[in-house]
Amino acid sequence: MNEENPSVETYIVVFVALLILAALTTGIAYINLGTLNTVVALAIAAVKMSLVGLFFMHLWYSRGLTRIVVLAGFFWLALMVLFTLADVFSRSWIKPPGP
Amino acid sequence: MSESAASSPLAAPSARHLSPALHHQFEDIEQQRDAGNFGMWVFLATEMLFFGGVFTGYIMYRSLYYPGFAAGSHGLEVNLGAAMTFVLLASSFTMAMAVHAARAGRRGMLLGLLFATILLGIAFLGMKFTEYSHKWHEQMVPGLNFHPSLTELRGAPEHAVELFLCFYFFMTGLHALHMIIGIGLLSVMAILAWRGRISCEHYNRVEVSGLYWHFVDIIWIYLFPLLYLIGGRYK
Amino acid sequence: MFFIGGAAAVMMRLHLIEPAGALVQPETYNKLFTMHGVVMVFFFLIPSIPATLGNFLVPMMIGARDLAFPRLNLLSWYVYITGAAFTLYALISGGVDTGWTFYTPLSSHYLNTHVITTALGVFITGFSSILTGLNFIVTIHKMRAPGMTWKRMPLFLWSIYAASVIFVLATPVLAIALFLVGLERIFHVGIFDPAIGGDPVLFQHLFWFYSHPAVYIMILPGMGVVSELVTCFSKKKPFGYIFIAYSSLAIAVFSFLVWGHHLFVSSQSVYAGFISSALSFALAIPSAIKVFNWTATLYKGSISYQAPMLYALGFIGLFTMGGLTGLFLASLATGVHLHDTYFVIAHFHYIMVGGAVMAYLGGIHFWWPKITGRLYHDGWARFAALVIFVGFNLTFFPQYMLGYLGMPRRYAVYPAEFQVLDVMSSAGASHTRRRLLDSIRLSSLVHPLWTRSRIESLERERPGMGDAIAASHR
Repeated sequence: MNEENPSVETYIVVFVALLILAALTTGIAYINLGTLNTVVALAIAAVKMSLVGLFFMHLWYSRGLTRIVVLAGFFWLALMVLFTLADVFSRSWIKPPGP
Repeated sequence: MSESAASSPLAAPSARHLSPALHHQFEDIEQQRDAGNFGMWVFLATEMLFFGGVFTGYIMYRSLYYPGFAAGSHGLEVNLGAAMTFVLLASSFTMAMAVHAARAGRRGMLLGLLFATILLGIAFLGMKFTEYSHKWHEQMVPGLNFHPSLTELRGAPEHAVELFLCFYFFMTGLHALHMIIGIGLLSVMAILAWRGRISCEHYNRVEVSGLYWHFVDIIWIYLFPLLYLIGGRYK
Repeated sequence: MFFIGGAAAVMMRLHLIEPAGALVQPETYNKLFTMHGVVMVFFFLIPSIPATLGNFLVPMMIGARDLAFPRLNLLSWYVYITGAAFTLYALISGGVDTGWTFYTPLSSHYLNTHVITTALGVFITGFSSILTGLNFIVTIHKMRAPGMTWKRMPLFLWSIYAASVIFVLATPVLAIALFLVGLERIFHVGIFDPAIGGDPVLFQHLFWFYSHPAVYIMILPGMGVVSELVTCFSKKKPFGYIFIAYSSLAIAVFSFLVWGHHLFVSSQSVYAGFISSALSFALAIPSAIKVFNWTATLYKGSISYQAPMLYALGFIGLFTMGGLTGLFLASLATGVHLHDTYFVIAHFHYIMVGGAVMAYLGGIHFWWPKITGRLYHDGWARFAALVIFVGFNLTFFPQYMLGYLGMPRRYAVYPAEFQVLDVMSSAGASHTRRRLLDSIRLSSLVHPLWTRSRIESLERERPGMGDAIAASHR
């Protein structure tokens, strides 16, 4: 499987990056960006997740199969969210007939 | 078909590399480790959907009752939340290093790092508990003790704030439950390492526990902005 | 558990002999259909084929010594027993009357029965399913013997694999939904609570995200069994192997897209209704592919009508009927008309009983000698298979007509004009149940004393009865 493994230096670099990102996301919350606040916060969370996943969880070094499992998880999660929201947000498009 | 017949499964066991750590159903230690890791990843996909159910509800209600969610979020202590994030990230780092130490076969280092991870996890839970008790004193616990004052509602409808707090307690509670399971798991690993049952050949258990721990960390990475940072903190 | 569920069903049918209800109070009737649903779905149909045949055959068919995680497997058995104990406790101590679907807010705010205990039982059993599915996935991926490539795997494994994918990805969502219902009951406030702006339909979304795919958890292993049986008893290679294999995976994926058709009348938006209706039709395609391929396998085969084959043929016929009536329900217009009528009941019993149970019985008969080293009595077994087929149709075919005429499900009383059909259905039910008992007892359990040489000749007669090497040579 993963013949090459991340070195201690990689772990330290990733850890420092994670700390910086955590500080960043807290700091940015105090700046008014409008709706962008949410977008930026989620984008940073996604980057942090990728760092943890790729390096701490060795996804970067692992085979296709593991990645497929991860992608499948995301895909099914997306299905659930998408179809539920598709219902919730299209309910108001059509008004029931009546007084 | 001829070459597969030559290496038929019945002929294979004679050529096995036997190791005391090898379970009877596997051919070699590499296959065993592979299967262990893969199994944990499949389990994490399950966990993802498990949390996903609550996240789906969260997304739906957040878009329906945005003011209430923002007001509820502003009632949370963002500094405490950030501190918890740092603690948890640090624990993830020590966990990754612990796996590294286990692979290198360094027992003392492994024990120390596992111990550090457990301590950081307990620190996280302590902070969580502090936060819960603050909520209790503010009378902001839905179902048990919910009598919000007008300042805490910040002009949002009371039911929407209550809904947000339901999500806050469900999501963080579920996360805390996973933390407790993770701490238990790591304690078992520490005991095994103490008894010398983790070797550089057979460190898969630590690796798999690490995957679980990182996953719980990732959940928090999302919970922090989703619960504490709704609508920003600017005045 | 099967017998408890079955007993509840017979009580219900006996009750419905009279239009005003012959046997029990309406509240008891509600508890009966709930228990029947919960027990049959979660404690019989879902674990039946994977837990019995799957655990036995999967390692054997891929040439592994055991499943990847045998101790996890044992754990999942204990977990299942724990879950079943909770549910039985709920049954004994007063019962539940939410229906097996636990819809909120009925389940979370209005009923005083043992919802939490039952939900906990189902929740716990869910973990048993997850662990089993996980075990199969890892085993099939990582432990195939050298030379056992994906394209050489027996078709049973493909279907078990597809079902395991659903186990792993759908069950947690049910778990979280029931968990939230439980919390809502305990704290009297929660995210499905309309009093604070919660949406009970969200529960239905989460519930059916699991429960529609769960239907395919029940039927996919059955399809796998039938693929094996049809191939074996027509003495031919499976026609369109690759199509049968991939249609299993296609079913697993598509099954997650169509849950909206359970919500046609639950204030779901009509647009979401359109989409799920269209996707439901798409889901019929892989199922139909399988039926065509089985039929083509039978074509010009030298078919021997032994007991397992009779079950398999019964499966194909009943499953086709169940599937085609499913299309009526999938189309929005007729679906709304037939929603929550006996037509639905008949439809899913054709799939579940006519499909999954027939396949289960067929599979048990087929692999019984392999598992125990003893043979059942073939004459009795054939007789039982035929009787079950007749009794089943007598029970559920009238329900199609009842449903079409508008008799709603889950009512303890009904208008007098439905009585003839209801009596027919009840007669069929008691008949089926008696024969089902007979078949299992007589064919499988009382007649094990057949000689060993008989088994050996059987091995010649039925190539590939779970043997990895033989199967890969097919």
